[in-house]
Amino acid sequence: MLDLSVIIAVSLVYLGLLFAVAWWGDQRADRGRSLIANPSTYALSMAVYCTTWTFYGSVGRAAVSGIGFLPVYLGPTLVMALGWFLLLKMIRIVKANRITSIADFISSRYGKSHRLGGLVTIIAVVGVIPYIALQLKAVSSSISLLLGYPDIVMPGRSATTSVAADISFYVALILAAFTIVFGTRHLDATERHEGMVAAIALESCVKLVSFTAVGVFVTYGMYNGFGDIFQRALDDPSLRQLLGAVPSGQGYTSWFSLLFLSAMALLFLPRQFQIAVVENVNEEHLRRAAWLFPLYLLLINLFVLPIALGGLLHFAGQGVDADTFVLTLPMALRHEGLVLLVFIGGLSAGTGMVIVETIALSTMVCNDLVMPLLLRSHKTLLDDSRDLSRLLLTIRRGAIALILLLGYLYFRLAGEAYALVAIGLISFSAVAQFAPALIGGMYWRGGTRGGAMAGLSAGFLVWAYTLLLPSFAKSGWLPADFLTQGLFGIDLLRPQQLFGLTGVDEISHCLFWSFFANIGAYVGVSLLRPPMVAEATQATVFVDALKDTGQRGAALWRGRARVGDLRDLVGRFLGPGRAQTAFAAFAKRHGAGSADEMEADARLVQFAESLLAGAIGSASARVMVASVAKEEPLSIEEVMNILDEASQLRSYSRELERKSRQLQAATTELQEANERLKELDRVKDDIMSSVTHELRTPLTSIRAFSELLHDDPKMHLADRQRFLGLVVSETERLTRLINQTLDLAKIESGRADWNGCELDLTEVIDRSVAATSQLFREKEAQVIVDLPENSPLILADRDRLIQVMLNLLSNAVKFLTPGSGEVRVRLRVLGEALEVSVADNGPGIRPEDQQLIFEKFRQVGDTMTAKPSGTGLGLPISRRIVEHFGGRLWVESAVGEGATFRFTLPLTSARQPLEAGPA
Amino acid sequence: MHRRILAGDRLAAAFLVGCVLFNYPLLSLFDRHAAIAGIPLIYGYVFFAWAMVIALIAWAIERHVR
Repeated sequence: MLDLSVIIAVSLVYLGLLFAVAWWGDQRADRGRSLIANPSTYALSMAVYCTTWTFYGSVGRAAVSGIGFLPVYLGPTLVMALGWFLLLKMIRIVKANRITSIADFISSRYGKSHRLGGLVTIIAVVGVIPYIALQLKAVSSSISLLLGYPDIVMPGRSATTSVAADISFYVALILAAFTIVFGTRHLDATERHEGMVAAIALESCVKLVSFTAVGVFVTYGMYNGFGDIFQRALDDPSLRQLLGAVPSGQGYTSWFSLLFLSAMALLFLPRQFQIAVVENVNEEHLRRAAWLFPLYLLLINLFVLPIALGGLLHFAGQGVDADTFVLTLPMALRHEGLVLLVFIGGLSAGTGMVIVETIALSTMVCNDLVMPLLLRSHKTLLDDSRDLSRLLLTIRRGAIALILLLGYLYFRLAGEAYALVAIGLISFSAVAQFAPALIGGMYWRGGTRGGAMAGLSAGFLVWAYTLLLPSFAKSGWLPADFLTQGLFGIDLLRPQQLFGLTGVDEISHCLFWSFFANIGAYVGVSLLRPPMVAEATQATVFVDALKDTGQRGAALWRGRARVGDLRDLVGRFLGPGRAQTAFAAFAKRHGAGSADEMEADARLVQFAESLLAGAIGSASARVMVASVAKEEPLSIEEVMNILDEASQLRSYSRELERKSRQLQAATTELQEANERLKELDRVKDDIMSSVTHELRTPLTSIRAFSELLHDDPKMHLADRQRFLGLVVSETERLTRLINQTLDLAKIESGRADWNGCELDLTEVIDRSVAATSQLFREKEAQVIVDLPENSPLILADRDRLIQVMLNLLSNAVKFLTPGSGEVRVRLRVLGEALEVSVADNGPGIRPEDQQLIFEKFRQVGDTMTAKPSGTGLGLPISRRIVEHFGGRLWVESAVGEGATFRFTLPLTSARQPLEAGPA
Repeated sequence: MHRRILAGDRLAAAFLVGCVLFNYPLLSLFDRHAAIAGIPLIYGYVFFAWAMVIALIAWAIERHVR
């Protein structure tokens, strides 16, 4: 049943399904209803990390080293714990700078350098080729196994067959064709591929379901659960060692190296960078991915050891390659449905990896290797106004085909000598070389282009010497002497015991020496000279990515450009329509009617450059923009000034805010002072007019009586006495008036003298009542004083309070009916204040007069019937005094029911220092 | 803002805990021929520790959004 036609049909249907999902995803993205804008899809797409290495290779690894297959999944788990710092920063940088790939990232960090981008691309392509070979090997061997069904025949060495008869060659061709159709249907204005991500997420589900199905089948179908398999393995002396000693053979060094390498790989493999960073839709998705992706890894590894042990037990002595157990176990039991499911699962794992990896690599090859070379060698390309988007697509397609063919070539040359996992680890070691330049670049400002070039080159050369070349030697394509005798027969140069380092496995060996060279060169060369303009600029953009959301790049460009030129340039790579739309949107965002109205300032140039960067990479974009925009070079001093300015600006603006707050406060104070001055001026005028008026009355009577006395020398003594008495009393009134006027003026202008001391209000009242007792006796009136046993002390001016009390008491007396008058003086403690009331049983005050009596020179009541006996200033002065001490003075009265004057003095004022001067 | 910092610290702690749990010497304590409920000790330990670290990450990172 499982003949070639079935296999081909199933494969095509599956690939067609992927294509449909991708198409649907792109459609949804175009309509703005993204299929992948949810955190679980993001986490699942990250599981592109699990390739055929995981699907087939883990079991093979477990069959040799027991639990030793696990560190490559524990490392990513640890990285995801740090993902919130590392990946978030990478995502921010990528979004802010429209970075398209890891080569773009590194080249952009070190001043948008073409050479650096090219070097990273070469390392990535060379480094990842063994990994692609791994997928070809796994997929093609699964196909040839299926073709042998129902027998289990291990695939022969493909190196011995001709290319035309080699299944893996056709697998490579089909995968290349599929990826080309799939990944480069159009050149995206953005660097993102939503449809692809959706398809990858689906593939991740298929992988997991398929592998778990085999796991359950082996564990519970062939054996009786985990316990049974483990028990049988423990009983078998040859399997027993797999369940104990952790990483059999190489010890904990190897375990740690794998943990570290896999952590680096998760960040720096081109496909992981593409999926986790470039294709990230929303950085909040990191939250779910941080635990869901490790959980996925855990689940897909749960059954690895049971399958490996089951296979070893089942095929004991039959020479079946452990890398194929996942497929051969269901085959051996003739479980055809499951066999097909496994095949599809393996196909998902392989295609998923190949699609994303080759798309990421082809973007790098196009943007960071071919375009820069083209731009350099064919300067006419710049002046030509041709639409270049088709050229870009062609380059990318060519790159995809080339990469897959190189993968096939490596498979032919070296693939046979290694197990799947061993091949993958060669690639992991290569991409780990990006770590110093990339992580260093994100956190260290001092890294320079030269340092990055030196570090990457050194690390790459050591990697090639200690891992890549030996893999050729082991396959017989290089003389074996190279391994055993060293280069030129020099013992110290043996590639896997470099300088005599022994006792570690080849991966740890390579990791140590390559990182030694890489970090050493990176740091050493960086420290030789200070960063240059472009490096310093980009260092700030990268290192401060999480701090600063401002458009700093725009400030670092100075020059002249024309809007039309920029738009045409972008149009040549993105298509004129897209460029038109993008520029119009930009103009709208910045408040211009159309792009043509805009000035081609630094912002617009920056915008155009970032649009281009999304299509051709940042280094090429800079060159292209420079071709139409006349940039005036900035000196290092200027750049540093601008960068400093940004931080200075922040401190300046804080300073400015502080100053402006001070200024505002000062202004308010001045306004208040001005108001007070105006008020005082008004008061002065009031007083002047009132005083002159009030002074005239007593003066007139004094003058009249004096004239009478002067004109009539024969006046009776009694009359003379009476008139002189009137003159004296009017003079006294005049003096009092003048004194009080001056007093009030002083209080109102805030120049009064206040003597603060702690005093007992009951004593003040007693003294005031005693002082006025003569007045009461004259009117035959009664004073009833009601004071508490002990009242709290308050802080006030004793003489002033006596003045108030005297005023209130004498006022009360004035209006009493002779004979039946009664005045009650009462002191009460009201929580936070003391209240004094002076109540009389006189005629009372009409409601409309109750406010007037507190105004200056207003006297009510007897003005019509008798001449004024007071000055009309007593109550206003009293009120001012009470208010000065934070209290209130008011009257309660009704006509015929007497009047009660009350004032309060707060107790709290006792604790405040009494200030002389303005209250 | 405080909670964000706290989440960051918790994640860093999860990372460090994982580094210790998944490496020598803790790993060597379980490196012996023994089984609990039929599961080899080392296998049980690594998966259990793994699940714990994942739970720790989930707790730290998802907690303060709610």
